[in-house]
Amino acid sequence: MSDYGFYLWGSYAVTFVLLFVEIIFLMKRKREAKA
Amino acid sequence: MLDAALCVVRRDLLLAWRRRGDVATALLFFLIVASLFPLGIGFEPNLLRAIAPGVIWVAALLSSMLSLSRLFAADHADGTLEQLLLGASPLGVIAAAKAAAHWIVSGLPLALIAPFIALQYDMPGELTPVLALSLLLGTPVLSLIGAIGAALTLGVRGGGILLSLLVLPLYVPVLILGAGSVDMAAAGMGGEGQLLLLAALLVASCVFAPWAIATALRISME
Amino acid sequence: MNWFWYASPQTFYPLAGRVAPWFGGAALLLALAGLYTGFFVAPTDAQQGEVYRIIYIHVPAAWMSMFIYLVMAVWAALGLAFNTRLSGMMATALAPTGALFTFIALWTGSLWGRPTWGTYWVWDARLTSELVLLFLYFGFIALQAAIDDPRRADRAGALLAIVGAVNIPIIHYSVVWWNTLHQGASVSVTKGASMQSQMLAAMLLMALAFWMYSIAVTLVRVRCIIREREG
Repeated sequence: MSDYGFYLWGSYAVTFVLLFVEIIFLMKRKREAKA
Repeated sequence: MLDAALCVVRRDLLLAWRRRGDVATALLFFLIVASLFPLGIGFEPNLLRAIAPGVIWVAALLSSMLSLSRLFAADHADGTLEQLLLGASPLGVIAAAKAAAHWIVSGLPLALIAPFIALQYDMPGELTPVLALSLLLGTPVLSLIGAIGAALTLGVRGGGILLSLLVLPLYVPVLILGAGSVDMAAAGMGGEGQLLLLAALLVASCVFAPWAIATALRISME
Repeated sequence: MNWFWYASPQTFYPLAGRVAPWFGGAALLLALAGLYTGFFVAPTDAQQGEVYRIIYIHVPAAWMSMFIYLVMAVWAALGLAFNTRLSGMMATALAPTGALFTFIALWTGSLWGRPTWGTYWVWDARLTSELVLLFLYFGFIALQAAIDDPRRADRAGALLAIVGAVNIPIIHYSVVWWNTLHQGASVSVTKGASMQSQMLAAMLLMALAFWMYSIAVTLVRVRCIIREREG
């Protein structure tokens, strides 16, 4: 449990990256829909 | 109403008889899949006895699912399905009849063949009735739920595989209860609880699935 | 207020556009509050140390995954009952976000399981149910992707969502039973941390943050769908 950092930050990092990626994809889709 | 249902069942059985090869293929698939597991896992008798109910049930799931895409496809291709939709009989009754015919042709034989596969796995004899009963109760549910999937994916590309993706998550409770009943019996605790729950699922499916199948057919055919 | 006036995609479109940024802002504020509470206010857990703080993501994501599916099914039912175009679009717009939260719940659950229980995957009831839920989401998305006609795709997906929603309690119950049958000692990924009020507060704040985020993202996505379909 001493190297909990990997698991803790691994979880948070992946979560926020995925949410960020979702937003990026959505912005791209929005741009294409307006075109 | 009953006349219409019986008529549909008789017709489907007659058509299945004319294409006995297709029916036999699905049953052979069941046998082959069940035979693959020992080849992959090893023939250690205790291990095989432990996994037997699960393996047989999974094989039953897969082979029951294989024949689902045929359920409505032929009628859809030659226009019979359209006539059924336009006809006087309630579509739910027709849907239930088709699912029943599917079960007679693909589910019931599985329940009858399973005891022989159980022999392959050296399953104790007293478990065989539980296994057969669980399959008898569970495979109609598979046919009913599967028919919903078949109706939704009618004429859609990627049909067979897409159908599996849709239907297998919905099959999970039947699998758990079916294999679980045999496991409970093997542990000496009796599988009646799970069998009763399977029966409850069967009754619930008989009530709700025909409506869903009919709705799905209307959605697919408009 | 005449709610049905907003049932038309044309009138809903500008409303969604005005309202979405507010939900996004709310999500950000709530997330900051939740993370602050979770990391600086809530204490270290007696048994698990710091790693338990994964639950501030895991549990809210799991809640959202189930909540979004329920909302999807409600929109689906409305669409089938009233034959409204917008309802089907809302269900379609919700699915990717729901699937994402389901994946996040599984991923964080797996990473929580490793340091606490020793394995990356634990077949406990919640994680297994989440896995089946992920398959239900994928099935919905795949079915809609495979059908070309948008109206048929909406309605087929709607029926599938409703059938799935009815099945979810049955699936969950059967998985819980299966879990207790096959596990001697009841290890559960979710029963790890004892709930103190600050932990609960942080979890609720994160859940609200995810909820606001989902609404914002779904509104933007449904605007894209409206634009794509109706020009």
